[in-house]
Amino acid sequence: MTQPVLEVENLATHFFTRDGVVKAVDGVSFKVGAGEVLGIVGESGSGKSVTGFSIMGLIDPPGRVVSGSIRLAGEEIVARDDEAMRKVRGKHLAMIFQDPMMTLNPVLRIDTQMIEAVLAHDKVSEQAARERCIEALSMVGIPSPAERLVAYPHQFSGGMRQRVAIATALLHRPKLIIADEPTTALDVTIQSQILAEVQKLCAETGTAMVWITHDLSVVAGLADRIAVMYAGRIVEEGNVSQVLDVPRHPYTRGLIGSVPSANPLGARLKQIPGSTPSLGRLPKGCSFEPRCASASEACRAAKPDATDYPDGSRVACFNPYSLARAS
Amino acid sequence: MLAFIIRRFAQALFVVVAMVVIVFFGTNVVGDPVWMMVPGDATQEQVEEVRRAFGFDQPVYVQFFRFLADIAQGDFGRSYVHGGSAIRLILDRMPATLELAVVALIFAVIIGLPLGLFAGLKPDHPASRAIMAGSILGFSLPTFWVGLMLIMFFAVMLGWLPATGRGPVTTFLGIETSLHTLKGWQHIALPALNLALLKISLVIRLARSGTREASLQDYVKFARAKGLSPRRIVGVHILKNIMIPIVTVLGLEFGSLVAFSVVTETIFAWPGMGKLLLESIQRLDRPLVVAYVMVVVLLFVTINLIVDILYSALDPRVRLAGKSE
Repeated sequence: MTQPVLEVENLATHFFTRDGVVKAVDGVSFKVGAGEVLGIVGESGSGKSVTGFSIMGLIDPPGRVVSGSIRLAGEEIVARDDEAMRKVRGKHLAMIFQDPMMTLNPVLRIDTQMIEAVLAHDKVSEQAARERCIEALSMVGIPSPAERLVAYPHQFSGGMRQRVAIATALLHRPKLIIADEPTTALDVTIQSQILAEVQKLCAETGTAMVWITHDLSVVAGLADRIAVMYAGRIVEEGNVSQVLDVPRHPYTRGLIGSVPSANPLGARLKQIPGSTPSLGRLPKGCSFEPRCASASEACRAAKPDATDYPDGSRVACFNPYSLARAS
Repeated sequence: MLAFIIRRFAQALFVVVAMVVIVFFGTNVVGDPVWMMVPGDATQEQVEEVRRAFGFDQPVYVQFFRFLADIAQGDFGRSYVHGGSAIRLILDRMPATLELAVVALIFAVIIGLPLGLFAGLKPDHPASRAIMAGSILGFSLPTFWVGLMLIMFFAVMLGWLPATGRGPVTTFLGIETSLHTLKGWQHIALPALNLALLKISLVIRLARSGTREASLQDYVKFARAKGLSPRRIVGVHILKNIMIPIVTVLGLEFGSLVAFSVVTETIFAWPGMGKLLLESIQRLDRPLVVAYVMVVVLLFVTINLIVDILYSALDPRVRLAGKSE
């Protein structure tokens, strides 16, 4: 097997607030192979964005990566100092943010913001950098890129701005792009355009991707593998068809069951009872236990470890649905 | 844009008229300027003579309309005390005041901006707390007292800098200046610092709050995700964003620097128009006071206009809005 682009092992990122320690990410492990798209799905506050920022090394105090290992193409990047990490960011690791209206600096022209990204890692002339930017913009489908390059962000629509952000992320052909809900703020038609574009670009450039979202339908069409997060942990991980068609974890089942198209027309939507626990005061046992229909005594006593299945899935549950029960 | 400029001038005209009325009747109430002009041992006839010569024997409203008519023709009258044209006297003193105000403004930016940036980037650092405490002092200590303390400390006790006066003056590009010599800078350092103190505090607070706001924005995080150096993020991405409010406020404050240089100029015996104004008020030299007020009003209006234009240069979004109007 070829070396995975990204290996995350037992990552824990905690926030040390005045009200105590918030365990936003608590023991997360996953791998992303070259050219692979991993979708991380979860509710708000499940730790999916914090996982993304931890990989980028962009966790600000009071937050801190407390333990675990993140290896990019085999190299450990967790304990690196700021300058060493800066050389990785943008070059081998890129990120696209949720709100395209906010990610571009409103008072700087697009060319300023893209060329500086080129020059941060490569010693090339400004003219060469400019040409690379034009090339990147045309790659993400921006018409007349040379003219648009000298415009200001407010002269672009939301979808176009997100394309600019994606072009910026692609400038150095990174090994991995972390996309933190990049289509959430866009309307549905633009969303599907961007999704198709991104899929094509990843396939062309062989870039691996971690796609963070709360929208199951987005990952269903885009990702190769899915990791479902709940309260700072991955509860289930596997191939898209595996996780979506025969979910083993009760939480995954609940999520899929609550998708409108999975419910009969006109009927009340199924929902998972209760609400997500406060990350500052997680129960001793399984975090999902209070909301779980198949909880047992064991669930209250300890947190379940992830179990590997022969089909490549990993599930952290004491009472998983068997394939027979699921069907 | 043109309509905007015309509207601005119309507003300014109204302000000018209001100021003329207030200043005329104000100085009229304070006292009789004739007693300031005649020698102490003058006879009653001599006093009446002077009174007639200056038209002070007429009723107040007649004096007022005559005064208004003169101003409308651009004639602010002659100074009762100095004898020369009032507006000429003011304009002669203006370069010294402008020089002081400009240097104070430069002090405010080069001292206030770095301190404010630092306090904004590291809000919990002990130095930041000290900076913020210092800015509160800068706001609340009275200018005249700080001026006296500066003189006592730097001029009297340490003897580093001269306490009063202005350095040798030359004309450079048609502008009188004392900044071409070291001696000139030594003379201007204390009064400019004194005048700048309030503005330094203001810039610190604006820069700090702007920095704190900007550094939480997604575009700063995105800039970090691009792998930019912290230097470039602070120096370009944050600085350009916080400059918008700072330029606006400083522009508006420049007018008040000129106007409030009265106190500083008096303490440091700086030969500017503020000092002249104070002397004129004491001697009831009405033409000079009116001329001063006109000059300051015009200055304010011009500055506001320049700020609006500068603002659109800094913020591209304003530029676009202006075009579509």
